[in-house]
Amino acid sequence: MAGVGHALRIASATHTGLVRAHNEDAIGWNAEIGFVVLADGMGGYNAGEVASGMAVAVLREEMNRQFDEWNGHIPRHAEQKDIEHLLRDKVVQANDYIYRAAQSRPQYAGMGTTLVAALFYDNQLSVAHIGDSRLYRLRAGELRQLTRDHSLLQEQIDSGLITQEDARLSRNKNLVTRALGVDPAVEPEIHTHDTRPEDIYLLCSDGLNDMVEDERMGETLRHFGADPQLAANRLIQAANDNGGKDNVSAVLVKILHPFPADDGWLRRFLSWLK
Amino acid sequence: MAKLILSIDDMVIREVPLDKERVVIGRKPTSDVIIDNLAVSGDHAAVTTILHDSFLEDLNSTNGTLVNGNPIKKHFLQNNDVIEIGKYKLKYIGDTAVKPAAEDFEKTMILRPPAAAHATPSSTATPAAQAAEPPLAAIQIISGPGVGKELVLTKNLTTLGKPGVQVAVIARRPHGYFITHVEGTHFPIVNGQNLDAQAHPLNDHDVIELAGVKMEFFLKNS
Repeated sequence: MAGVGHALRIASATHTGLVRAHNEDAIGWNAEIGFVVLADGMGGYNAGEVASGMAVAVLREEMNRQFDEWNGHIPRHAEQKDIEHLLRDKVVQANDYIYRAAQSRPQYAGMGTTLVAALFYDNQLSVAHIGDSRLYRLRAGELRQLTRDHSLLQEQIDSGLITQEDARLSRNKNLVTRALGVDPAVEPEIHTHDTRPEDIYLLCSDGLNDMVEDERMGETLRHFGADPQLAANRLIQAANDNGGKDNVSAVLVKILHPFPADDGWLRRFLSWLK
Repeated sequence: MAKLILSIDDMVIREVPLDKERVVIGRKPTSDVIIDNLAVSGDHAAVTTILHDSFLEDLNSTNGTLVNGNPIKKHFLQNNDVIEIGKYKLKYIGDTAVKPAAEDFEKTMILRPPAAAHATPSSTATPAAQAAEPPLAAIQIISGPGVGKELVLTKNLTTLGKPGVQVAVIARRPHGYFITHVEGTHFPIVNGQNLDAQAHPLNDHDVIELAGVKMEFFLKNS
């Protein structure tokens, strides 16, 4: 079977911003297998970009290897929980890799990264995330955040200490409560969502959502949705127009057609009868 | 470190550093900030500080707590907020004074439970700066059935054209207006020149042709 590449249009943009010296964000994807990943590194000197670069490289390579083993497509018997397990395993591998590198070289000590990674398959996506990099979905003109940050601020919102509106004023942004590569163990949060044609998915680093309000992001995706690359460029531009205080990255996935799993012959037959 | 400046009738009494997680203001001798005045309740209000953010809470006081003249139950303190308790005022000064090294500006940090109390986030995070507004502009249709119609570009993004045929978006940015081709095989024409895939800056009195309609872009004089 062909991969899901025909059903997805993927576009991306990343920028250092106007204040930082380095871009510590990293992005990667493989359209054919429907995999996208974004990481926002942290740690002294250049260690942040080392950590995010490793996270993206390890995950991309591991997913490619897995799909090679599967001859390019997810096996028929695989279920949603199997895919979620796969994502979890790969995230744990990336964590080991970064953690060991951080332990073995003094210049990498304490480095870590946030992560958001999604696999599109069988008209759905499974997303793993750690920290405050996000996944949003634009559906029927409405933008919704699908991931919940692992951050002090989110905890404060959840506990009712601070309202969602006031959160923009908080000076405790940028404090994540989970990260990849900082501990020997890691607990990614994983969820699965259905996808529909015309949906647009946005993976982004906090440099985007800290600088550009959700409403503006939704507006950009609505106006430029016909061309995801233009939308990605425009999002980066909007963050920089507002001051560009952080690295900013966006990966967009637009669903062009349904992409049912190959064993959907029965479903196809039934839909043909209708 | 954030602090409160306690005063009465514009006379400063003392500065209260917000060096504990919870600072209680009241008439009781056990309060962290004791205000011995009958208008002040035993436990009147409390300020909870978590790293760089401080929250004020009225502890069901008899006479209430005001911030900047408004009664509050719970309030997220912002720099220079003035808290009023009876005749006393407490001005909140956030800890913006400590400028972090530019290198560390707003960097994401990992907050780990054992270290939480000592976390030193190097952030003076300010809300996203309000970008400067460019002058107001509009487009007026100068050919076809809608001739004379004017559209003021009040939004950040304005989509023009017919979906599925030809669509362009005008973006309002801090330093001006830009038109970008989004959809369709034909690109917009500005002053007789075909645009390419790049965003194109618009100048006063530029003539745009899109989906067979001519329109003029112009700046509104305020």
